[in-house]
Amino acid sequence: MQLLRQTGWMIVRQLRNLMREPIWIALMVIQPLIWLLLYGQLFSRVGALRGGASSYIEFLTPGIICMNAFFGGSWSGMAMIADLDRHVIDRFLAAPASRFALILSQVVRAGIIAVIQALILLLLGLVLGVRIHGGALGWLVVFAAAALLAMAFAGLSHGIALTVRREASMIAAANFVGLPLMFLSAILIPPTQMPHWIAQISRFNPVNWGVHAARNAIVNGGHWGSTGLYLLLLLAAVAATSLFATWSFRAYQRSI
Amino acid sequence: MDAIVAEDLRKHYKDIQALDGVSFSVRDGEVFGLLGPNGAGKSTAVRTLTTLTRPDSGRAIVAGEDVIRHPNRVRRSIGYVAQDSGVDWEATGRENLLLQGRIHGMAGAPLRARVDELLELVGLREAADRIARNYSGGMKRRLDIAIGLVHRPRVLFLDEPTTGLDPEARVALWDEVERLAQQESLTILLTTHYLEEADRLAERVAIMSRGKIVVEGTPGELKANLRGELVTVELGDANGRIEDAAEIVRSIAGATEVGVDGRLVRTRVPNGAQAIPTILSALDSRGFQVESVTTARPSLDDVYLHYTGRDFATEDAAGKG
Ligand SMILES: Nc1ncnc2c1ncn2[C@@H]1O[C@H](COP(=O)(O)OP(=O)(O)OP(=O)(O)O)[C@@H](O)[C@H]1O
Ligand SMILES: [Mg+2]
Repeated sequence: MQLLRQTGWMIVRQLRNLMREPIWIALMVIQPLIWLLLYGQLFSRVGALRGGASSYIEFLTPGIICMNAFFGGSWSGMAMIADLDRHVIDRFLAAPASRFALILSQVVRAGIIAVIQALILLLLGLVLGVRIHGGALGWLVVFAAAALLAMAFAGLSHGIALTVRREASMIAAANFVGLPLMFLSAILIPPTQMPHWIAQISRFNPVNWGVHAARNAIVNGGHWGSTGLYLLLLLAAVAATSLFATWSFRAYQRSI
Repeated sequence: MDAIVAEDLRKHYKDIQALDGVSFSVRDGEVFGLLGPNGAGKSTAVRTLTTLTRPDSGRAIVAGEDVIRHPNRVRRSIGYVAQDSGVDWEATGRENLLLQGRIHGMAGAPLRARVDELLELVGLREAADRIARNYSGGMKRRLDIAIGLVHRPRVLFLDEPTTGLDPEARVALWDEVERLAQQESLTILLTTHYLEEADRLAERVAIMSRGKIVVEGTPGELKANLRGELVTVELGDANGRIEDAAEIVRSIAGATEVGVDGRLVRTRVPNGAQAIPTILSALDSRGFQVESVTTARPSLDDVYLHYTGRDFATEDAAGKG
């Protein structure tokens, strides 16, 4: 109970603070739209990239939703760096704040933002002629995939933030992890168009679990069994990375 | 009962021994001052007692609980105002306080009332609903102190609470600390660089240097232990001969810790009234013109300088080197 209450109030704190940043809100809305429109144009002539979708934009929409969720999660640890720099974390740690609540609130915050962005992207997709073949369940699956993906990488990002504790190292680490995972994924192209070895590796890429789940929901409107499995894998990743981040408080406390 | 007991605390960072066997205790309801130069280990000691830093060895009991074995029980009964402000800049003063209260399990009307009370107390009522980013340094500091008090702790740790406050705010805070110590029988551990602050607030002080406590006692005891009086001679015109004057004073029986500062020559003597005529005639016979002479009983500053090794003798040596 205390854990949930603390997590809830910490989420309120983070979302409220973000709502006070008009530029942040504008970018949160605009950035995914730009990606969708830009990549949609860039590859629209390459028919082979559609992978069974009726248009490249339909193929791309679940990919961009997941890319957003994944990037959002990966960078979310910057909030922890800011809190460390301002000594807010020290204040919480010297009070009976649950370490797990501190992490969970950040992770859930990343998930909420990913869902909002997914909604915006789906709405733009509808305008551009995308059909969500999975119906109501499809919408839910897309939101779940976006949320879980963001949360899994938010856990990782916070663990790294508590371990490196400096902004420059954090940026380097996020790029180091983020960019390869992005290119080893089916965000932009279907696995059938990848070199064989990349296709093999990409099966173990959590980003891909989200992409496949979201694409099943939007493009295929089926394969619910494997979709459920992908979501479960992502849920396990959320648990694993959140626990890693909670454990990383030890590393931080050893440094002070 | 002792509210704080530290036993042989040790803590190192790489090759720095930040705490080198620190032991002291603070009685319930007492205000205890921890003094010492930069890097002495005061903040490390406070972080250890507030459960943030785990000591390499040693033991500490705060509010009746072991900081290593039951950190969460300790956290519930302490307030901690760190040396570096822990204010959330993007939240208002009120929001900062409400969240801290909620972390401590407070809620509803009692929490809101407590927050109002504290905002009033630290003079932030008008600014309560402004974003803390726009607070002045002193306002942030006052908010820190309110945050440390929100759950009515039994033991309060104040790590350099008045650094960055203007004189008026500092005196107001002193009054407040005194009131808290008396009325709420709060135990307070305070670190400070302002000896005046320790002298006024602390019933007992400990002076730290290089990770060790070098002396501990009431300000009165410490001053009394420092035998002798401080004599300061102001020369009319020493034109480059100030070191000669210091040499003359140094040769006088009983004069120790001789040092110079501009046109001033200072020394510590067992008895000022007896030493002054000797000093004056010695200086006079060598052609020095004396403008004024003052004597002073030891202050806490003297105690501090004496025990932290930064006394007149070393200053003098450093000056020559
Ligand atoms: N997190 C840390 N990592 C490495 N060294 C540290 C750390 N914290 C403190 N130290 C070192 O430990 C020693 C004691 O530091 P501490 O901050 O406790 O001193 P202090 O008495 O509070 O000084 P000040 O009056 O400047 O606040 C210093 O040499 C400092 O450099
Ligand atoms: Mg300090």
